[in-house]
Parts: sequence; structure tokens; C-alpha cells
Amino acid sequence: MSEEPSPVLRADGLVGGYVEGVDILNGCSLDANEGEIVVVIGPNGAGKSTLIKAMFGLITPREGRVLFRGTDITGMPPHRITRLGMSYVPQVENIFPSLTIQENLEMGASQGRAELAPRMERMFEMFPILLERRRHRADGLSGGERQMLAVARALMAEPSVLLLDEPSAGLAPRAVAEVFQTVQRVNANGVTIVMIEQNARDALAIADRGFVLESGQNRFTGPGRDLLNDPKVAELYLGGATT
Amino acid sequence: MDELLQTTINGLASGSIYALGAVGLSLVYAILKLVNFAHGDFMTLGGYAAFVVNVTWGLPLVVSVLGALVVVAALGLLTEAAIWRPMRERGAGVMQLLLLSLGFSFVLRNLILFAWGGETRTLRVDNTSSYDLGIVRISLLQVIVIVVSAVAMVAVALLLRRTYVGKSMRALSDSFALAEVSGINTRRVVTYTWILGGGLAGLAGFLATIFTVLTPQTGWVLLLGIFAAIILGGIGDPFGALVGGLTLGLVQEWSTMVFAPTYKEAVGFAILILALLFRPNGLLGHATRTG
Ligand SMILES: Nc1ncnc2c1ncn2[C@@H]1O[C@H](COP(=O)(O)OP(=O)(O)OP(=O)(O)O)[C@@H](O)[C@H]1O
Ligand SMILES: [Mg+2]
Repeated sequence: MSEEPSPVLRADGLVGGYVEGVDILNGCSLDANEGEIVVVIGPNGAGKSTLIKAMFGLITPREGRVLFRGTDITGMPPHRITRLGMSYVPQVENIFPSLTIQENLEMGASQGRAELAPRMERMFEMFPILLERRRHRADGLSGGERQMLAVARALMAEPSVLLLDEPSAGLAPRAVAEVFQTVQRVNANGVTIVMIEQNARDALAIADRGFVLESGQNRFTGPGRDLLNDPKVAELYLGGATT
Repeated sequence: MDELLQTTINGLASGSIYALGAVGLSLVYAILKLVNFAHGDFMTLGGYAAFVVNVTWGLPLVVSVLGALVVVAALGLLTEAAIWRPMRERGAGVMQLLLLSLGFSFVLRNLILFAWGGETRTLRVDNTSSYDLGIVRISLLQVIVIVVSAVAMVAVALLLRRTYVGKSMRALSDSFALAEVSGINTRRVVTYTWILGGGLAGLAGFLATIFTVLTPQTGWVLLLGIFAAIILGGIGDPFGALVGGLTLGLVQEWSTMVFAPTYKEAVGFAILILALLFRPNGLLGHATRTG
């Protein structure tokens, strides 16, 4: 609490996109300190997913750089970033549908297969539902269970930083609450979280800090509570006055 | 009854060759989204590789199998490095890759024709022995084809189900993008896919050669049946391709009890059309939960 926070992940002035000539990111930045939950919100098409992809080596920005614990990882291939200790749960297509639950987890540990068994053990402890279904195909899971599996798969790499792209999208309210509890539990184990969310209020409520993105640029930044209570943020991005 | 058993044995043998070819083609498609029209000619090359080892060099048949496996796996890797990977990196879609493979299949077939001529070739193999099992006869060649295919299929199934490489191949086939972000070294998996797919093509080519005769057209002619087997079994599912290949072989042979053998091909495609009408996801078609 009283310690000076140190940035584990930092994106600095990223500019770039998917095709030449069309920049989706227009100089946006983000940083996450050890042990924080950082939430990114913003309207559809703001470039939130693109920012995360740029931080995970899926697109190489034209300008700016990404630092992970001081190492420049801009454009580094994802499997090497995973080895450094960062994992990513995409917004869509985040499980292997025809693989079993257990195989999905195994794929997540690709960069640390020597420790497969104990890691899987830990995941089953954390998500008992996955243990029950471990030999079943993943496409038989419900929406909420799929998100659990997606998170568990990412944790199998034992990351110190976890990037989550809208983990609660499309879920029923109860499942949404469960996802946020999971995120907090993972964070309590010492994993730094960077999470994009549409359920902005609930997400900011558990966030240490929040970033509001629009048109590929930072609009507001600050502690989660402050953003929640900021009337401007509330009006523009949280759908009305604060409660 | 005798006739049914006899045609079943014949069908299992010819179906095994379809199945081996289909599983290899299906794996490559599932993982790389490449419909490789040159797969039949890969098989043909396997046949000629075996021919060189067994006849030109005079080495034993068993060694010639290895020759077929190694040469075709190497060709797979070579085409990956020279054609498919560069094309994918330039953003080529399924259609462009398909047409490219079609073009490559003509090139390869003509190179084979140029190198070995058009005459039919055979390996030094005993093609007259057969065993009388009372009600049916099974030839030594049929035994070889069925046993070798069965062993190869079990090996592939174990590889895909039990080993990390096999599971990661299935993961790539589900989602290349997620495989990449999961930390899987996708490039290495693609390399193994070509070794496996090419090796299976080589083996299928070898078996087709000893079972029939070898010409530069051998694999190309089999390719139609192989595509039928894949569609029958469910596109992109290696296990389905196995079932599809065996089914096709069996139905074609069974049909000879009713129609003249010259209608075999037509019967095969009639089955294919029926399957597309009634089981469009393949015989093993998996109903998946979506959304
Ligand atoms: N693969 C892609 N190729 C080209 N353009 C893309 C691609 N993915 C996204 N875009 C474009 O980039 C822009 C930003 O998309 P992005 O997915 O980053 O937004 P987002 O903030 O995550 O939105 P959402 O809340 O809808 O998930 C959009 O205009 C989108 O059309
Ligand atoms: Mg998004």
C-alpha cells in the first residue's frame, strides 16, 4: 500500500492499426503497476482491443513502444511474450471448442510444460467446475464457464500480467458478477490485471485505476473511484449520472 | 454371404488407401486451411521414391517405404517454405491457395512424367500369393495394405489424442489466432503438420503402388475418391476422413455385387451426394453449441 508502485507494463504513445494508412491508435498510452487492476473503457470502436493487441505483439505499432518490466517487447511474437510472463484472453474465440477442458489448459502451458500437472491442479482448485468437466469438449460449456476456461487457460502460463478483453461480454448478470470475483481472486494471487470492460461501472468499482479511450487516444485517466464519481465520465461513458 | 465377405475385404483394402490419403489431406486442410490439390501427386511421388529405392537401387521393400515417407515429407516442408508460408504472409486466401496448389499439382505431375516417363511401373513385391481362409481369399497385398494402414491410423490417432504436438495441431485447427496467443509455437506445429501430412501421402502412394500399378497419374486419379472420403467424413476432421475413406472403399466394392465394376466410381459419388443431402456435416458430423 505504502510502497512506491513500479510499472510492470507500459505502452507509450502508440500509433498504428491493421492496414497501412488507417491508424486506429493515435498516440495512446497505458501503464500498469505491480499488483494493480487496471480497467480500460470507452465507446465501441475506440481502439481498446487494438491497444491490447499492440501490447501483446499481435500488431506492430508504427510509432511508440511497449515495455514489459523494462524490456522492449514492441512487435515481439506472442509466444515469446508469454514466456516473459504476460498472457492474453481475447474478446472472441478465446477457447479451443473441439478440445477437451483439460487439453485447453494444456495448450495454455505450452511455454512451461514441465510443470503441467501442478499448474492444472491449481486451476482445478480455483475452478472446480472445470475439474468436473475436464474430459468434455469445451464447446459444451455455458457462456460463463467458457470465460472461466479462457481465463484458466491464460493462467496456465503462470503470467505476472494478464490482459483481459471484455471477459463479461454477453453474460447473464450472475455470471458477470462471478467473472469479476474471479478477476479479483486472480489479482489477489499477485497477478497484475489489465482489463477492457463494457460493464464499466462494475469494472471501475474493482479497479485501482481506469483509462478512458476514445478514437485511439486517452481521454481520462485516474483511480477507479475518481472516474466513477467524475460527472463528465459518468455522463459520457457510464450512461448517465452517478448513483 | 461369401461374396459379401469377399467384397468387404476388397473394400477394406481399397478404402484403406483412400483413408490414408484423406487423413493426410484433411490434416493439412484443418491446420493450414489449404486445400492441397497436389496431395494426389505427392502420393505419386511417394510411389516413385519407393520405385527408385526398391527397383533402381534394388533395396528391400521395407526400405522403400521409408524412402517414400522421407521424400514426400521433405517435399511438404519444401513447398511450405517456398510457396505456402510466403503466400499466407502476403495474405492469400483459401481460394488463392487452392488455385496455386492446383497449378503446382500440374507442375509436379509433369516433372514426374519427365523424370520417369509414362510407362507403368511395379515394385518387386509378391503379388500372386494369397491365403484361403475357407470362405474367402485374401491376397498378401491386401493383408499388407490393410495392416499397414491400420497401424498408421492408430499411430495418427494416438498422436492427435495423446501427444502435445498432436493436441496443438488440433488446437491450431480450431483457432490459429488463439493458438498463437496461447503461447504455442505455431510455426513448429506447422512444420510437424507437413511432416505428418507428407509422410501419410508418401505411405498412401506406396500402398497404392503395390496394390495397383504406378504411373504419373496414379495419385491424381485417386484424388477424387479422397476428396469424396473427406466430404463424406466431415471436412477438416481427420477421424472423419478415416471413416469416410473406409466407407467409400466398402460401398464401392459392395456395389459390384449389384452393378458392373465399371460403375464403382459412379456409385462412390452417388453415396457422396446422398451424404451431402442427409448428413452435410459428415458421417461423424458434430452438432456444436454456438454463440
Ligand atoms: N482485424 C482488423 N482489421 C481491420 N480493422 C480492424 C480490425 N479489428 C478492428 N478493426 C477496426 O479498428 C477499430 C477499433 O477496433 P477495436 O476492436 O480496437 O475497438 P474496441 O474499442 O475494442 O471496440 P469494442 O468495444 O466494440 O470491442 C474499429 O474501427 C474496427 O473496425
Ligand atoms: Mg474490443
